[in-house]
Amino acid sequence: MEATLKQKRKTSRFNFRGSLCMPYAVFMTLFVIAPLLLILYYAFTDANGVFTLDNWQTVFSSPENWKVIGMTFVISISTTIICILIAFPIAKILSNKKLNKNAVLVYIFLLPMWINFVIRTIGLKSLVDGATESMFGYKLTVNYPYIAIIIGMVYDYLPFAILPLYNQMLKLDKSQIEAASDLGANPFQVYVKTIIPMTIPGIVSAATMTFMPTMSSYVIANKMSNNTTLIIGNLIQNYFGTRVTDISNHIGSVLSLVMLIIIGFSIVFEKLIDKKGDEKKGGIW
Amino acid sequence: MEKVMSEQDINKALARKRVNAKILKVSAIGFIYLALILMYLPLIYITVFSFTTNQTTGKWGGFSFDNYTTLFNVGGNKVAQAIWGAVGNTVMVALVAALIATILGTLGAIGIFYLKRKWMKNTLDFVTQIPIVNAEIVTAVSLCILFVITARTIGLQRSFITLVIGHVVLAIPYVVISVKPKLEQMDPSLYEAAMDLGATQTQALFKIIIPDILPGILTGFLLSITLSLDDYVITAFTKPTSGGFDTISTYVDAATAKGGLPTQLRAFTAILFAVILFIMIFMNIKGARDAKKIKTKGEYRK
Repeated sequence: MEATLKQKRKTSRFNFRGSLCMPYAVFMTLFVIAPLLLILYYAFTDANGVFTLDNWQTVFSSPENWKVIGMTFVISISTTIICILIAFPIAKILSNKKLNKNAVLVYIFLLPMWINFVIRTIGLKSLVDGATESMFGYKLTVNYPYIAIIIGMVYDYLPFAILPLYNQMLKLDKSQIEAASDLGANPFQVYVKTIIPMTIPGIVSAATMTFMPTMSSYVIANKMSNNTTLIIGNLIQNYFGTRVTDISNHIGSVLSLVMLIIIGFSIVFEKLIDKKGDEKKGGIW
Repeated sequence: MEKVMSEQDINKALARKRVNAKILKVSAIGFIYLALILMYLPLIYITVFSFTTNQTTGKWGGFSFDNYTTLFNVGGNKVAQAIWGAVGNTVMVALVAALIATILGTLGAIGIFYLKRKWMKNTLDFVTQIPIVNAEIVTAVSLCILFVITARTIGLQRSFITLVIGHVVLAIPYVVISVKPKLEQMDPSLYEAAMDLGATQTQALFKIIIPDILPGILTGFLLSITLSLDDYVITAFTKPTSGGFDTISTYVDAATAKGGLPTQLRAFTAILFAVILFIMIFMNIKGARDAKKIKTKGEYRK
């Protein structure tokens, strides 16, 4: 009896359940970590594998690239702000149990996502063009490509902004809001002093959920501007496209690293704001 | 006298408050429906113009069902063949990738949860977050570089396999984060009881842990399929370079490079939209019925 128990204890020292993560760990090492290290390696080498900083110089000496990076920021930031301005009231109303029984309306907002986003973007493009052509006599995507891109991105990423805000609104402390209005705050003050501070974690995750993907979604930019306007995503894609030279992958890697750095900054920024609005939330959602 | 006046005032104020609340409610509902109409308008637009054969979406060329008949005339129409081919590829990739992501991701989540060494646990948790926070295009080009190198060294060309790998990378973190909360909710004594009663580790895993976390596994699987179906960027950089292999995303992108949607694609979208509308109406009716049930069963019966 004692011997078998001892044996059992000995075998149980091998952490069977813990060992189950081995295939996962191997997969992630091969296909997530290794590729990222390859980007790092490519960014600092030339086609023969010799260390060089030329790729960085190629990227940053071109004023065109600077313009594209700047415009990407303008587009992404405007998209994020507009998305939150639209999503905030929608989320607020959807979280009202009297108006939205069983949360069915939330699903109705998410359902269009089941249709491929390229198709939806093209539909939006022809709709916007048709509308502006009949009203003002020009095509929006031809005359004002930047505005058209922002409209396209807001349309595609609005659900991603609504969801985190909605989840946050469900958790609002109703008594605090009522207390504020009972103590004489007008509706505007109630919003500024209670509701908005309490939803900051939701606003932050809505902002990251829209800001980061807008930078890389070059398909929307292509379609909404008839391939006339570039964002960072297009630049990277061009360097990895079909007609490339040996060195272009290395230059594209530099741009990918730049993007990684931007993402890193926005995560740090997110964490900083999150610490102030001391609500706990799960993960990056 | 003064008291009566103030009572009247209170009544008036209350009435005004009620009217205000009503106006607020109506405008809130109006706002929601306006937003919904705007969200669905592009789809409605495509649906309307799926009933005309004019090549430009937005120009009416007489009512006809031609787009639908050519869409289902798979043998005789090149566009229809391309569409259904892309649909088949998309579904195939989504199913295979979701299956692999679910198996690897579930095992990974269980493993991470029961790891004893803190640093390993934290490292794996961090690695899980990478594909979620990383820009899709960076993930895509990093895999592209990897497959350029594997093609040169071990002969792993860009093919269906690499495409599936790309989609597994996309989906696997979401499986892990769907399964994790279920593991946290699990009662740890169940597993120990099973072991004490003589089950082997594998038996305990399949009879205790997996049934308990099944809802999380299913959520992960469905999320994987959803992500895979809608993906463009990773598909574009990991799909086979030769042979004209396309998923819906890449096919639509290529087909609309110069102009609008091909007419058959409008019909295809309209059918998808009809299915979605059907689901929406079904959910609305079910929601209303559930609300009624709660009302008659719960609070209102005293």
